[in-house]
Amino acid sequence: MLQQIEGSRAVASAVALCRPNVVCAYPISPQTHIIEAIGAMVKAGELDAEFVNVDSEMAAMSVLIGASAVGARAYTATASQGLLYMMEAVYNVAGLGLPAVMTLANRALGAPINIWNDHSDAMSVRDAGWVQLFAETNQEAIDLHILAFSLAEELSVPVMVCVDGFILTHAIERVDVPEQTQVDRLLAPFEPRHVLDPHDPVSIGAMVGPDAFTEVRYLASIRLSRALDVLPPLAQRHSDELARSVPSLVSPYRLDDADVVVVAMGSVLGTIKDVIDEMRDDGHAIGALGVSCFRPFPKDQIRDALAGASRVVVVEKAFSLGYGGILATDIALVLSGRGIPIHTVIAGLGGRPVWAASLRTCFNEAVDATLSETTFLDLDEEVVAREVDRMAATRRSGPSAENVLRDLAERSRT
Amino acid sequence: MSAERVPVRFYQVGSFAVGNRLVSADRRNAQSDPQRANSLTSGHRACAGCGEALGARYALDAATRVTNGQLVAVNATGCLEVFSTPYPETSWQLPWLHSLFANSPSVATGVAAGLRSLGKSEVRVVAQGGDGGTADIGMGALSGMFERNDDVLYICYDNEAYMNTGVQRSSATPGAARTATTDVVGEHPGNVFGTGKFVPAIAMAHEIPYVATASVADLFDLETKVERAMSMHGARYLHILVPCPLGWGSASSDTIRLSRLAEETGLFPVFEAENGELTGSRTIRHRVPVEEYLRLQRRFSHLFTREGEVKDVATVARIQAIADRNIRRYRLSEEVS
Amino acid sequence: MAAQHGDGTATQLRLHGRGGQGTVTAAELLAVAAFEDGLYAQAFPSFGSERMGAPVEAYCRVGSKPIRTREPVARPDVVIVQDPTLLGQVNLFGGLTSSGFVIVNASRPVQELDLDGLMGLIPLTNIVSVPATRIALEHVGRPTPNSALLGALSALTGLISPAGIIHALEHRFAPAIADANSRAVREAYDVVVAERGEVISAAAN
Repeated sequence: MLQQIEGSRAVASAVALCRPNVVCAYPISPQTHIIEAIGAMVKAGELDAEFVNVDSEMAAMSVLIGASAVGARAYTATASQGLLYMMEAVYNVAGLGLPAVMTLANRALGAPINIWNDHSDAMSVRDAGWVQLFAETNQEAIDLHILAFSLAEELSVPVMVCVDGFILTHAIERVDVPEQTQVDRLLAPFEPRHVLDPHDPVSIGAMVGPDAFTEVRYLASIRLSRALDVLPPLAQRHSDELARSVPSLVSPYRLDDADVVVVAMGSVLGTIKDVIDEMRDDGHAIGALGVSCFRPFPKDQIRDALAGASRVVVVEKAFSLGYGGILATDIALVLSGRGIPIHTVIAGLGGRPVWAASLRTCFNEAVDATLSETTFLDLDEEVVAREVDRMAATRRSGPSAENVLRDLAERSRT
Repeated sequence: MSAERVPVRFYQVGSFAVGNRLVSADRRNAQSDPQRANSLTSGHRACAGCGEALGARYALDAATRVTNGQLVAVNATGCLEVFSTPYPETSWQLPWLHSLFANSPSVATGVAAGLRSLGKSEVRVVAQGGDGGTADIGMGALSGMFERNDDVLYICYDNEAYMNTGVQRSSATPGAARTATTDVVGEHPGNVFGTGKFVPAIAMAHEIPYVATASVADLFDLETKVERAMSMHGARYLHILVPCPLGWGSASSDTIRLSRLAEETGLFPVFEAENGELTGSRTIRHRVPVEEYLRLQRRFSHLFTREGEVKDVATVARIQAIADRNIRRYRLSEEVS
Repeated sequence: MAAQHGDGTATQLRLHGRGGQGTVTAAELLAVAAFEDGLYAQAFPSFGSERMGAPVEAYCRVGSKPIRTREPVARPDVVIVQDPTLLGQVNLFGGLTSSGFVIVNASRPVQELDLDGLMGLIPLTNIVSVPATRIALEHVGRPTPNSALLGALSALTGLISPAGIIHALEHRFAPAIADANSRAVREAYDVVVAERGEVISAAAN
């Protein structure tokens, strides 16, 4: 049914349609509206689930582990510091091969503390053994959550749906919420691969030494990588049932004959597509490639999608300190040997608006072959330079965060 | 003590196997039953004289018996986890899950919630961990599980230090005890005397339905408490003192003896509490001075001369004062109770 | 005013209020009203952790095709001021397009408001003041100006219909409250139609 609702409520509705048995809640901005909405549904009797208000994110993921291990369908949502706080259990649930599903309302990592959107949190768990799906819109957020439960239970791996914090979670837009009968057709009851059952007792989580650890981890990687084979037909099945295109591994946009291809993940693709339409109208051969599935990384599909590109611009909302772009590095490895320029544009950190005009400038430079290898979009270079000078001039120059804010305040007064 | 099962006391004998023969078949303990569950079966890799292995088998066999085998166990990282499940072997004959060090109370909450949501509430949940996993790294998770009154029995096997990693101090390590991180050097050798972190008292402060302490020296009492705990729902806590020959520097053959001495000195109070109120205590019949307990353990050897005489009188007196306070606080003496 | 510009981009609105006044709710109601009118809409807050009383912003886009951009609204076509005490305190009209509209919740006429920086930027006929708080108190019994402001928006721009707003209210509130708010919508709509008539005739004179 078409509805004009907040992204968080849309996600909550999708999760409820998947009939979770256990939902854990520990509040963190900007995830709160999701768990509040699910909690209200449970309290009102609209959703028959155990809703556990836990004492930390570590507890949230741990409750999921216990619930999943007895064959219950389990869900939670978190963001940012919450993800880091549960990090040990994030790796653990993947290592145990339990199909939990989690929404990550993407948010920056501190310090400095910042509640706004970027992808640093998601990037911090790229090696944990989870499938990581990125939603471009709230419609995709709905569809990817239903897909996530299907995929997680099919492969017995945990799946994380990344939804841009505030930008999507707090945006009120038009979404089509599926009917229960449709979701029931897509999502069979959970049949666990291994389960704690007194009638057939097993030990789960035993210690593995050097003699077998390599093999066990190798098998875990194979299991995760199977998502690359399983996801496309599964997404097609969901697309057929829901009568719309449910994202799979990658989402190409106006790639035909595109010389310059912009690669990105999440909601920023919306703004990018608007810019690409403008530039196409102006006669530039530019297109975009959305990466919907970041882990496992769809190397072959990306290589194929970028086969015609002569220049690639990766726009990403995170970077590896002391190195550079994270998605861009993965893309560069996929394209190694092609010898085409790959540019990194770091944008939208900690909620910095990603303006279409700024993107347009970058993309124009890419077309003109003048774009730098790495660009921090709308970086205030004067402020940075002044702080670098302060640090050079004084040993006790104080915290940069405070200095930069004071600098900005002074400039706005003058 | 519980109304369902009157405790049996055999003060004259050291062996409860003998004691069992003196009572009717229906009142004998689970361990004397040839059909016992052997939840933690033989072949595991615990040290000789391991109190934790003993405590875990006693507790889980009793829980298995009282739940007719409808039981799931969740284990924190620690000695018990490591010695019982070196892949691909396992000594557990019940469904068993190890996740992490700090999170076993939360995992158990998830197991209980999952089972309830699947309509399998008849399957019960026990979580277990050592004193490090309980009093230190798992404290937040444990407190959360208590506060929510989740339907979990949590059992702490307290051997008073991090034995799995090589005997380092935990917040359950007693004052003056030597560990790898509280060496017997300097002006105050061994562990400092803090204010103590006695988890049963913390559990009582949560006013959960049931809190009890027990020791491996008193099998009948331990089993009775497990049965009592499993007759209830909500958050329950059982704290079992389990001597560790390796960490305590004691003879493997002294594990039961040390457990009994810990109880008889008053250093380890054995009691029950319901909803935050003390409901029963094991009174001490043969009260023993603390040096008799301390003398058997190398971790306290710096308090004694080579001949076994008390050398550090002040420290031993301080430990005696702790025992005396326990006796008052938990009504362990028949005179004060 | 059409739901989108000639170049296909959506109409952009910016709402200014104070924390606790329901600025985000107003943007949401506006988006739902547009949805009820069969339009595409996107509403979102300024993503802060503002406390009660602090100046806050919310944004809305309305168009006849799906809205993809995720930029904040920097060049609004409409500015709605929920709280007249913000006038002169906050840069309310920054980026306002030259054909833009302004709606101020105030009991005084436009000519008496502190609209420095606005005069001459847009036609006087594109500015209205509406006593939204007074109307809300009268009909709803609480000083919640949102419904009246949306009624004024409808009257001033035609971007959304009064029926759409009333549908949005019915979605969000219990029948009695939705009904009271609907009366506020209609009164504000009528007030603005009347006020615009006066302003236009005054301008003609």
